Amino acid sequence: MIAAWAFYVFAAILIASATMVVTARNPVHAVLFLILAFFNASALFVLAGAEFLAMILIIVYVGAVAVLFLFVVMMLDINFTQLREGYQRYAPVGAAVGLVLLVELAGVLGGRKFFDGSPALRAAPTAEGISNTAQLGRLIYTDYIFLFQASGLVLLVAMIGAIVLTLRDRRNTPGGARRQVVAVQLARMPADTLEMMSVPTGGKTLGYLKPKPPELAPAHGHDAHGHDDHDTHAPVAHAPVEGGH
Amino acid sequence: MMAVGLNQYLAVSAILLVIGIFGIFMNRKNVIIILMSVELILLAVNVNLVAFSATLGDLVGQVFAMFVLTVAAAEAAIGLAIVVIYFRNRGSIEVDDVNMMKG
Repeated sequence: MIAAWAFYVFAAILIASATMVVTARNPVHAVLFLILAFFNASALFVLAGAEFLAMILIIVYVGAVAVLFLFVVMMLDINFTQLREGYQRYAPVGAAVGLVLLVELAGVLGGRKFFDGSPALRAAPTAEGISNTAQLGRLIYTDYIFLFQASGLVLLVAMIGAIVLTLRDRRNTPGGARRQVVAVQLARMPADTLEMMSVPTGGKTLGYLKPKPPELAPAHGHDAHGHDDHDTHAPVAHAPVEGGH
Repeated sequence: MMAVGLNQYLAVSAILLVIGIFGIFMNRKNVIIILMSVELILLAVNVNLVAFSATLGDLVGQVFAMFVLTVAAAEAAIGLAIVVIYFRNRGSIEVDDVNMMKG
């Protein structure tokens, strides 16, 4: 009796929140009503004896999908009042289609009748004394193992697809991050960036490696050419490090 | 078994499905609401599967409901990714603007 009342309460809240999802003015409110709808649907699952699916519904939908919706709604800067245009125009068509569909569904579902021998045709009858989760686990990991793996593959494809779709190569944009290219670093030769300077000292001539001037500022290179050694010493300290990389 | 009969579950599921389809018609411009309506429709399917599974005492319906849930999650992820890149390219998510492919 209490369970029947609970069913009606949960079903009423479910339908009311589903209505609010499609009619809410603010999409954030719509997402929050969607979460409420999922909670109530999982309560209906519990009342039907499908505890595992109820928990999965809460974890997957409320924990992942609805939060994903919330992220996207809040991340995109969308003018939502503009999106409400045409609301009145499409409402009669939608209501008409929905009404026709509801009448058809009532006709189909109201006239249904179970085949008399249907209990004998069950593929996986529910057993007494085992919890719903244990039964589902036994079924998924034996009879439906390939379907289970395939659903994992579907999730993998969805994950890779979402990453590939939204990944942006930002190397060439002004505000983009600079990326390390290891191959370029390895292919860098000392001759590309360093030049040999002969600096006369007292007895003999020693060679010093000095960084080449940047190509954009050739005037600076001329300026630094014949300078005294305190200008050339500082780059020498880290010049082999640069060349060795 | 169940607290109420199968008919109540089927009625809830049918109403949920109709609300979802109505939502697709109502929010012709907002893709995010359309995606949420699709989620509602899939939820109605799940309610149907679980109700029949509990009535007939057959667990396969719940296994199928789980797979439907998996596909719904994948669909939501891909759909929202498409919404994000569409917004990045066009600056809006209006469905009426979607004519770049001239389909």
